[in-house]
Amino acid sequence: MAPSTKSVRAAMLAAVPSLRAFAISLCRNVDRADDLVQEALLRGWAHLDSFEPGTNMSAWLFTILRNVFRSEYRRRWREVEDADGFYSESLTSLPGQTSHLEMDEFRKALMLLPPDQRESLVLVGASGFSYDETAQICGCAVGTIKSRVNRARRRLAEILSIESVDDFGPDRETRAVISSAVGGSRES
Amino acid sequence: MNKDKAPRIRSDIGVYENPESTVKLGTDIEAKIGLQLRAMYSQVLSQGIPDRFAKILDRLDETASDQAEAARMTDNEVSNGPIH
Repeated sequence: MAPSTKSVRAAMLAAVPSLRAFAISLCRNVDRADDLVQEALLRGWAHLDSFEPGTNMSAWLFTILRNVFRSEYRRRWREVEDADGFYSESLTSLPGQTSHLEMDEFRKALMLLPPDQRESLVLVGASGFSYDETAQICGCAVGTIKSRVNRARRRLAEILSIESVDDFGPDRETRAVISSAVGGSRES
Repeated sequence: MNKDKAPRIRSDIGVYENPESTVKLGTDIEAKIGLQLRAMYSQVLSQGIPDRFAKILDRLDETASDQAEAARMTDNEVSNGPIH
């Protein structure tokens, strides 16, 4: 029996914040990410008969969102890559968390990863999905996900360590000034 | 990378700058990456649910209810059976 529309509505709504966070990590722009989430919800609703009651609604929606992104958004996203300073404008640091500058560096490093590695790392490391669930969402073997996550971590570590060498570009203070000018960082 | 340089450790994240480019992934760097990922994610989560999504789902829910109601009425006319 299909779940009632009321319970579907509640489950979908509850999944929205996490879907948005995942979508932003995919397409790097909050407005486009929201369009992506909307499209995933509409498609999910239209294909509710393919959802197995009792299984994870959130994981199911993540799968749909990922498919929408891959089929429709990826080409467009590549065309407008690096076009805007979307992130720092729309998201501000929370008190007591990682500093704005540090977060900014991390995001840039994350975006340098190949999309396959990035999505695996985000799903496992931030969305809270298991390796099994992530493999299902991405439609590949668990071993592939583990390997992607490992490579993603290693690559991130490399990027971030290179970032720390002054020879490789503007020093930390200069970057702080640039970041402050561009992103409106409130860091001193 | 400059081969003459001895490996240096970036103290805050424990990354080894190895000239051979084999970055050793200690628990430090894994923990650091995990922390950053979750912090990044939680920034979005903390924004809650934008109105547009509640509105979209309300609309879908209403449409579905209307259709279900219409289907029930048709069923009754045909079979006069119990309402599900």
